[in-house]
Amino acid sequence: MKRTTLTALLMASSILGTAGIAIAQGKTLTIESWRNDDLAIWQEKLIPAFEAKNPGIKVTFAPSAPTEYNAALNAKLDAGSAGDLITCRPFDASLELFNKGQLADLTDLPGMENFSDVAKSAWTTDDGKATFCVPMASVIHGFIYNQDAFDQLGIKPPATEAEFFEMLEKIKADGNYIPMAMGTKDLWEAATMGYQNIGPNYWHGEEGRLALIKGEQKLTDPQWVEPFATLAKWKPYLGDGFEAQSYPDSQNLFTLGRAAIYPAGSWEISVFNTQADFKMGAFPPPVKQAGDTCYISDHNDIGIGLNAKSANADAAKTFLSWAASPEFATIYANALPGFFSLSSAPVKMEDPLAQEFVSWRETCKPTIRSTYQILSRGTPNLENETWVASANVINGTETPEAAAKKLQEGLDSWYKPAK
Amino acid sequence: MAVDIPHRRRTRWHIAVFLAPAVLVYTAVMILPLFGTLQLSLFTADDQSRVFAGLDNFRRLFFDPRWSATFWNALWNNTWFFIIHMLVQNPIGIALAAILSSPRLRFSAAYRTVIFVPTILSFVIVGFAFKLILSPLWGVAPNLLDLVGLKSLFTPWLGKEEYALTTLGLISVWQFVGIPMMLIYAALLSIPDEVVEAAECDGITGMAQFWKIKLPLILPSIGIISILTFVGNFNAFDLIYAAQGALAGPNYSTDILGTFLYRTFFGFQLQTGDPYMGSTIASMMFFIILAGVCVYLFVVQTRLRRYQF
Amino acid sequence: MSRATISLPRTVAAHAVLLTYTVIALFPVVVIIINSFKSRNAIFRTPLTPPTAETFDLIGYATVLNQGDFLLYFQNSFIVTVASLFFVLLFGAMAAFALAEYRFRGNTLMGLYLALGIMIPIRLGTVAILQLMVASGLVNTLTALILVYTAQGLPLAIFILSEFMKQVSDDLKNAGRIDGFSEYRIFFRLVLPLVRPAMATVAVFTMIPIWNDLWFPLILAPSEATKTITLGAQLFIGQYVTNWNAVLAALSLAILPVLVLYLIFSRQLIRGITSGAVK
Repeated sequence: MKRTTLTALLMASSILGTAGIAIAQGKTLTIESWRNDDLAIWQEKLIPAFEAKNPGIKVTFAPSAPTEYNAALNAKLDAGSAGDLITCRPFDASLELFNKGQLADLTDLPGMENFSDVAKSAWTTDDGKATFCVPMASVIHGFIYNQDAFDQLGIKPPATEAEFFEMLEKIKADGNYIPMAMGTKDLWEAATMGYQNIGPNYWHGEEGRLALIKGEQKLTDPQWVEPFATLAKWKPYLGDGFEAQSYPDSQNLFTLGRAAIYPAGSWEISVFNTQADFKMGAFPPPVKQAGDTCYISDHNDIGIGLNAKSANADAAKTFLSWAASPEFATIYANALPGFFSLSSAPVKMEDPLAQEFVSWRETCKPTIRSTYQILSRGTPNLENETWVASANVINGTETPEAAAKKLQEGLDSWYKPAK
Repeated sequence: MAVDIPHRRRTRWHIAVFLAPAVLVYTAVMILPLFGTLQLSLFTADDQSRVFAGLDNFRRLFFDPRWSATFWNALWNNTWFFIIHMLVQNPIGIALAAILSSPRLRFSAAYRTVIFVPTILSFVIVGFAFKLILSPLWGVAPNLLDLVGLKSLFTPWLGKEEYALTTLGLISVWQFVGIPMMLIYAALLSIPDEVVEAAECDGITGMAQFWKIKLPLILPSIGIISILTFVGNFNAFDLIYAAQGALAGPNYSTDILGTFLYRTFFGFQLQTGDPYMGSTIASMMFFIILAGVCVYLFVVQTRLRRYQF
Repeated sequence: MSRATISLPRTVAAHAVLLTYTVIALFPVVVIIINSFKSRNAIFRTPLTPPTAETFDLIGYATVLNQGDFLLYFQNSFIVTVASLFFVLLFGAMAAFALAEYRFRGNTLMGLYLALGIMIPIRLGTVAILQLMVASGLVNTLTALILVYTAQGLPLAIFILSEFMKQVSDDLKNAGRIDGFSEYRIFFRLVLPLVRPAMATVAVFTMIPIWNDLWFPLILAPSEATKTITLGAQLFIGQYVTNWNAVLAALSLAILPVLVLYLIFSRQLIRGITSGAVK
């Protein structure tokens, strides 16, 4: 065996001896996560609440930076040194881990009944037979605005696209505020806060998304190209040098009160609440014509699963059942306003901005991001390519048509829709 | 030249003793894992099991239009990155060393110390610091240009396809110029006084002395620096990753082999890692660097006569 | 000694060039440090002015020191760097001596074999290395990092040191042999002191990437007890990405210890380089 040889060589060469500290075992559960922002909330609220109910089980929250999470997690899973509980990215990334046998099947986990099929869809096999992560939260896209600035300029949140651009023009003409805080440097802002935010109104949410998966629609069809065309019109309303403006730059631009509107995901709410000293409001992506049905991106974003090789599977399942409970949902949704619980049990939220976002679920049809399910399984990866394309379109270095054509060609190169 | 004393015991155990610790640690922790990875380039995944694929992955990398476009783009960017270092970093390093080594220069120790400071900083710090300084929002760079009345020259360099890679190259030069400076400085100091004095007797001083006497003597050191730069640049990854992310934007204009490899091997966001194609890219990087090192060893080094102390 | 006197204009020009470059080298570091002492609004409004009585604010440092144990991180980084450096220099010099000094079958081959590691980033072997460490129970120990960094540093050390070892005078070594010195004594007593400048160079080359590495600490030793300072700072930047007070304070804290260490050792380093230059 190669590994034995390696180990033997290592032993022979290890001058420091083998004074390895064994990985702490027993009843300590380790959670792998990319949400390093949430460290304090886990340590101060969630873990104490769990440990109080389950004496004898200790929980450690061990996040890594979001950009390194996937690579580091995969390496640790392959080598068998990953934590007991794995925070799940939605759709294909986690499905891949399940197919490799690295995530355990949780279909029969007590507590799973608290979730609807839609909530579970992000962590369920294509045939719907097995669910492998407990859904934790979804995020909703929209626009957050500076209420003080709006009052000062006498403008109201727009309902239609025409009103939206009229409003931007007005803010720009006034000159006191940068109309919109968004940059293209980090690429994903352009795709996530831009394309996926406004897109569902064009491709009619689930209808278009499923048609794309079935191969009945193409990314070069008008309903998929138009969002790019609209994005291209955003350019004059972004701040100077937006090409080199990174995500934290955009956040700061808005929270320092220098920009009037922030194309947002609801996860921003908790950060903005602590940093902005002005009142904020939110509006959903504007529709094309007054009276059109509105669609919003209500995207399953985060779940939690069980490392199939965990030595503490029973304790971990106890934790997961708790994570599926309404108690967890309430603590989580209130500690992190903007991460909306996926639980079917009603969750009461205090934050007004979060309530505003979630109220759109009543009037608009929700959908998930178009590139996440099935379409990003191959290379070139549609989601990553959409980042690049959206940034190119806003930067003006590529036309909407050319960008859409490139995306479709990339998709065609490996994706054959089932007939 | 190595000395061989012929009438020694037949088994010279001390050679083994000298080599053993290095060879063992190196083999166990570096070579075996690395070759475990590189051999993957000959395999591919088929429903979770590994099957032998021969050279298919290489064929894909070169002849599938998508893969090959990305590969050539990364290779060209990498070459440009290397050219910037050769044209900017090494000449600046040599010039600084030459100035520093001039006799009776005051404060030279202080200069030497300070100029080396950027080299000791981590990529995390350098990447972040320059993102801030060049950020259009924060305004350090625009303000500075404003001071000298050149504000109109400011563009969001890191966000423009045509400037981003060159900007990153220059940041990397800023960080690493200390290394050629130190090496050349050491080489210049080791030139015997007699040589310099002889030159001065012949009336060769100043710039002429540097070009005619000293430069030829430090050529071997310049050779070593060039090959170290080459190897370092073709393995580079961290700075671009820290400043531009794994997608090396805008529009892949700063994608070099290291970022291409990282993205492919470990995956990124929704893209799952593909260890087989990743290993194929790694193997190509290995061959490219190997070729460069061979050129150095067999062509450059044999031409540079080694200066004997 | 009849040295041409250095003319005044040339001295001025030399200082001008060096001063310019000094400013360029220090500017980013200074910007980060002065802004870490300022309040949030002042950072954005006047990034280039030093903190004044009104804008002085230690909020960033307060956040950082409450959140992470930077002293422990620093200690971890220090142990890992020093231990790896010691093994790289010792093993590297020994192997380089064997390659430079003795003619034996497979010498060239061994040299090439040991140089292979310069050409491939060790990062590629991550999964296999991690499996190895898991199998030997070294995950989340500093030993794992020291082993990896020793292996990573050896090829370049051997490559550079053997170049220098070839230049050590044969007469000296042969004189030693005639006096009946063992090969080990020749190496440790005669050769090693002579290649001190090269060792200093190698030490710097080896130390920097080890101190600054992010990847292996993340994979092999991410636990709270074994975090290195670079990993600590990176996680911190990720966590407080919009809180620039905290980020700038964390960066300053990550810069300062290295800077102090470097200032202490740079004298030794330069002395090593210059004194060893045989005249």
